[in-house]
Amino acid sequence: MAWFRKEKQKLTAADKRELPSDVFEKCPECGEILYRNRLEQNLWVCPACAHHHRIGAEAYVSLLMDEDGFTETDAELRSGDPLKFRDLKPYPERLKSAERKAGRGDAVITGYGPLDGIDVNLAVMDFSFIGGSMGSVVGEKISRAARRALLQEEGLIVVSASGGARMMEGILSLMQMAKTSVALAQLQEARLPYISILTNPTTGGVTASYAMLGDVNLAEPGALIGFAGPRVIEQTIKQELPEGFQRSEFLLEHGMVDAIVDRRAMKSRVAGYLRHMLGLPRSEVAETA
Amino acid sequence: MMASSPLDFDKNIRELEAQIERLQGLARDGGLDADSEVGTLESKLKDLKKNAYGSLTPIERVQLARHPNRPFTRDYLERTFTDFMEMHGDRLYRNDESILGGWARLEGRTVMVIGHQRGRDMKENLHRNFGMPHPEGYRKALRLMHQADKFGHPIITLIDTPGAYPGLGAEERGQAEAIARNLREMAALRVPTISVVIGEGGSGGALALGVTDRIIMLENAVYSVITPEGCAAILWKTADAKDKAAEALKLTAPDLKALGVVDDVVPEPTGGAHGDWDGVADALRETLARHVRELEAMDRDDRRRARWRKYEALGEWREPAPA
Ligand SMILES: [Zn+2]
Repeated sequence: MAWFRKEKQKLTAADKRELPSDVFEKCPECGEILYRNRLEQNLWVCPACAHHHRIGAEAYVSLLMDEDGFTETDAELRSGDPLKFRDLKPYPERLKSAERKAGRGDAVITGYGPLDGIDVNLAVMDFSFIGGSMGSVVGEKISRAARRALLQEEGLIVVSASGGARMMEGILSLMQMAKTSVALAQLQEARLPYISILTNPTTGGVTASYAMLGDVNLAEPGALIGFAGPRVIEQTIKQELPEGFQRSEFLLEHGMVDAIVDRRAMKSRVAGYLRHMLGLPRSEVAETA
Repeated sequence: MMASSPLDFDKNIRELEAQIERLQGLARDGGLDADSEVGTLESKLKDLKKNAYGSLTPIERVQLARHPNRPFTRDYLERTFTDFMEMHGDRLYRNDESILGGWARLEGRTVMVIGHQRGRDMKENLHRNFGMPHPEGYRKALRLMHQADKFGHPIITLIDTPGAYPGLGAEERGQAEAIARNLREMAALRVPTISVVIGEGGSGGALALGVTDRIIMLENAVYSVITPEGCAAILWKTADAKDKAAEALKLTAPDLKALGVVDDVVPEPTGGAHGDWDGVADALRETLARHVRELEAMDRDDRRRARWRKYEALGEWREPAPA
């Protein structure tokens, strides 16, 4: 094994510059140079060290949902500009360039369909759209997904990845925390299951609302999860943060998440928890380990 | 008192006040009659105040909202309410001094009052952690809200915080979870709930006491998703742009009323709440009593549904054009 790795590293050092980035990707954790195809097949988990690379929102939808079963909802919803907000750029311009870059109209995909044969409602956040920030559209779409769960008497699953509030929507951004929590309060009273999946990074207003409110909170390994960002904390306490602070493993130790789950096992774990909560029999296909 | 004012825009006012005081002193010591001069200066002072406070810029309102001589939660408990009986602790970890809470009476009617408590000087601020709660503060607040719900009494919260504390212990003990849980549980409460932003409403740390049937603001209070300083540093790349950020964030009481977030604004006396604690406390009592009466007249389930509808409507988005 050792000789093989060495040879690979030699290739790496020589061709590093010329490696086209659409074919190869370097793992930031272990330094391995990985074929993007291979990485994609492995759900963007490094085959060498299991580091969880960032994964697109669509890819997350397909890794959770049964094949061809997902119906997207509210894809056409677009944010207004309630404050007529303008910093160095007007907000509508930021929205437009974010849409061009991310290929969608805001920072979340919502929809419904079967997951291991169980009908669920799903929301997956997209960090590539203005840092996964929560504005009116994110709040509205997640609330609608929760309301649909309520009407259909189904479960809700939210996959979070967010830097927090959408500053350009000011107080209305803050109020999306309240709005989504109002929807979750109704799910709670209706005794419907809600599973929150936290991915890297989940901070600020999203953590301090729906991301922490799951009946089951699941975190991907090594994800940054917290209320305040690490820089803000360092500035406040005027010391360096300890190793591993605000990572998934830290949250598990402090009782804030139920389990850390490898992305490649996420679907079967989610299905397993749902089957327990809903009183359904064990899956024929999925593992619950 | 005014000599220690941190405001930039009332410098002229403070200078004139000092001048009047000097003149009065001279007249007294010398046995002279300076009444007419003092009278002239006093009417000039009145005009100056009217001008300065009549056209406050957003960043000036932020400064006013943070004014150390503004009445805090404790001051309203002594004036707007009677019979306050404080309760301590979250029953889980410790008592957080940056949030006060307990039973009180509003015009004789029992209510639960919970509010952020800032300090007026460094010693008090260290004790109160600058009004920045840890998770245990929010958990104490929730414990008291559930108690009010159990006994069917209205809940009034007073919001006055730069934000939830961003520290090691706060993160370890689940700051985000504590805030999130409060949001969801406040949505579910069955009693009338009213929040009042009395000073600075700083982001999630403010909202954690703020999911209520009615949201009220004092005229010079501010409520924002981020401080103007923080917003300027991120979006303008310099904290010097805090004036522009304050303007852009639409964080004043009239702005929030226009956006449909705030239901009612309590006017402050000319010169701001710090100039007349009793006056603003009386005005707040009248406003609160009116809202409590209105909310108590509603059916319990209708009231809660109206609360949900209110939050469901917040935000601005465009639906697709019909095909
Ligand atoms: Zn790796």
